[in-house]
Amino acid sequence: MSSVDAPKAGGTGGDDKPHVAFWNDPEKRGYLFQALLFVVVMFLFYTAADNAISNLTKQKIATGFGFWNNTAGFDIGQRLIPYETTSSYGRAFWVGLFNTLLVAGVGIVLATILGFIIGVARLSKNFLVNKLAAIYVEVIRNTPLLLQLLFWYNAVLKALPEVRDSVNMPGGFFLNNRGLFMPEPVFGANFSWVTWTLAAGLMGYFAYGRWARLRQERSGQQSPVLLVGIGLILLLPLLVYFVAGQPLSFNIPDLGRFNIRGGVQIFPEFVALLLGLVIYTAAFIAEVVRAGIQAVSKGQTEAAYALGLRPGPTLDLVVIPQAMRVIIPPLTSQYLNLTKNSSLAVAIGYPDLVQVFAGTVLNQTGQAVEVIAITMAVYLTISLVTSLVMNWYNSRKALVER
Amino acid sequence: MKSQVVSPASKVYVRQEAAPVLPPPGSLIGPLAWVRDNLFSSPGNILLTVVAAALAYISIPGFLNFLFFDAVWSGADREACIAKNGILPGACWAFVRDRFSFFIYGFYPVDERWRVDLFFVLGTIGVAWMLWLKAPRRDIGMIYFLIVLPVVSYYLLGGASWLGLPAVDTARWGGLMVTLVVAGVGIVASLPLGILLALGRRSRLPVVKFFSVLFIEFVRGVPLITVLFMANTMLPLFLPDNITVDKLLRALVGIGLFASAYMAEVVRAGLQALPKGQYEGAMAMGLGYWQMMRLIILPQALKVTIPNIVNTYIGLFKDTSLLLIVGIFDFLKAIETARIDPQWAAPTTSPTGYAFAAIVYFMFCYGMASYARAMERRLSVADKR
Repeated sequence: MSSVDAPKAGGTGGDDKPHVAFWNDPEKRGYLFQALLFVVVMFLFYTAADNAISNLTKQKIATGFGFWNNTAGFDIGQRLIPYETTSSYGRAFWVGLFNTLLVAGVGIVLATILGFIIGVARLSKNFLVNKLAAIYVEVIRNTPLLLQLLFWYNAVLKALPEVRDSVNMPGGFFLNNRGLFMPEPVFGANFSWVTWTLAAGLMGYFAYGRWARLRQERSGQQSPVLLVGIGLILLLPLLVYFVAGQPLSFNIPDLGRFNIRGGVQIFPEFVALLLGLVIYTAAFIAEVVRAGIQAVSKGQTEAAYALGLRPGPTLDLVVIPQAMRVIIPPLTSQYLNLTKNSSLAVAIGYPDLVQVFAGTVLNQTGQAVEVIAITMAVYLTISLVTSLVMNWYNSRKALVER
Repeated sequence: MKSQVVSPASKVYVRQEAAPVLPPPGSLIGPLAWVRDNLFSSPGNILLTVVAAALAYISIPGFLNFLFFDAVWSGADREACIAKNGILPGACWAFVRDRFSFFIYGFYPVDERWRVDLFFVLGTIGVAWMLWLKAPRRDIGMIYFLIVLPVVSYYLLGGASWLGLPAVDTARWGGLMVTLVVAGVGIVASLPLGILLALGRRSRLPVVKFFSVLFIEFVRGVPLITVLFMANTMLPLFLPDNITVDKLLRALVGIGLFASAYMAEVVRAGLQALPKGQYEGAMAMGLGYWQMMRLIILPQALKVTIPNIVNTYIGLFKDTSLLLIVGIFDFLKAIETARIDPQWAAPTTSPTGYAFAAIVYFMFCYGMASYARAMERRLSVADKR
């Protein structure tokens, strides 16, 4: 046993190691401390669980997940899957979850677009554009999202006219305080041809894009990816649509005195939540984008100009790919924030997961522990999956260092 | 051969004094050049300017008219703010003036409101002491802000019979006061908790690290509203049934734990930014773990991360508005309650209430953001040496 590794060998030391009291030995002290922490945490958990069980039996509240199949007995306005008042709590859970995913998905797409526009505007040399973007970002970021949601819902959308005074918009659109009514598409028998063509067009576009990228890496020659994309994704399905005999018609909403029949209704709760989330998150995404573009050093742009690239390709091929590396990680957390913030739906009555499940179902069953646990597990899963996907994308885009 | 010697000076013009510095051409300076450079430098830029100007022309005068020029500044009830001769006036500030004390104090008893005012004054002193970097004896300020102020506020607002202050139940607290109390408790509690969690996450003791990571990632993965629901519905279940927890306290626990998880990640970033030599240097000096953290690591790590800490505080301040969902009477709830009061039922009441709320939240958040920016500038000056 050599004396060299004596300091870190800890307890295995032989005669040459000085005797140290165990409370002065960092390693033993570490074990003691960890054991203590473990015991304390376990004790807290045990006490909480014990109290919870005794409290629940005293209040005669059922435990377990048996309530999942019980009849819910309440109605949900907006649903993506069939749901009746006689459906089960489990069904209500899925309705809420799909509503959350719907508003989060649409919100993420729109917030990204708006955020990138504002972020670029914030960097514009144009004084007016720059200042307008700055005012937008400062005002939106420094007021609570909940306030903005309440404003959109109560002050803007609830102030729209009654049904009989609906705003008539061309093409069969009606706007009133019950939402936006749109023509409902009715798909004919041959419409599947168009769908299949579109799918084939998309696949063809991606294949072509990959081929074009490889060709550019090999030979430096660029291909008209955008034109081919428009042809494959837009023109080809359009052609098939006309060949198939225009298998699409619209069911135009019919404005009655007190109600509107037919068509698709977009609820004001959904619009308010979407508006609030998109406008709020876009301000944060704009700052992320701005920081990302500013992180690309000016020398990169200058070098691209020196090589004879025009401003467009410089942005496309040099600045944006490098900026994306800086942008993606904080952008991911903004996406997660948007998803988590969609739970504020409960304040304006949009039937999302929290409103339906952690709200109505919790109040009806009283099974707080199970309901909250399920709700939290869902959000944790969404967070985890999003992080995994974005980390994978990020690792693909990350700088390959030597 | 005759050669004429010519002195060069007589034939060649040599300038004896420096030419005066001319001003740049008129096309490069002055307001006109600025306008051309910044607004009309290219066709695309001209288009942008026109679009932006149109946008500003549509939105800004409308805003100003609503908020100031067409606004109703005084009146006793809704009569002042409803449409006259078919013309709807702008913002109903008379409503805000009438309900102002309700927005600030909620249902706090009128005779006891001086206590809230005193709390505001004491809080302002504490905040100013902490933020003003050249203030005298900032160490005392720290103790005042973190220990004296919370204790004094607790007895001042809640009541203390041994001081002759009648008790005021937290159910009667309301308005901006509750928002500031919750934000203040969150700010004071989340920093030490966040530091402990961050140190735990970077600890080499696996059990400590595991619990820290578990807590931080769990809290950051769920929405605040579910944490508040949990604090509201599950906390009473977890405690023995002879202990009842005040509703406000439950919300405080929820907000404090939520903010500390985010604070932990901010502090961790600061810890990671420190070069390893600082740790090694401290250990080489023979400092123990807590001495090393207190004297060497944390002062430096916290300094570089102050802007991010303040940003977390801004988020916390905005998040206090969520308390209205779990039934706490905060500032936004006071607005929500007042705006549907039939006494002030007018089409402009709700927008005015929200505008007032937005202005108040904006003042606090923008103030904090400006401080963070100033701090960032100061720190970057120090780094440039």
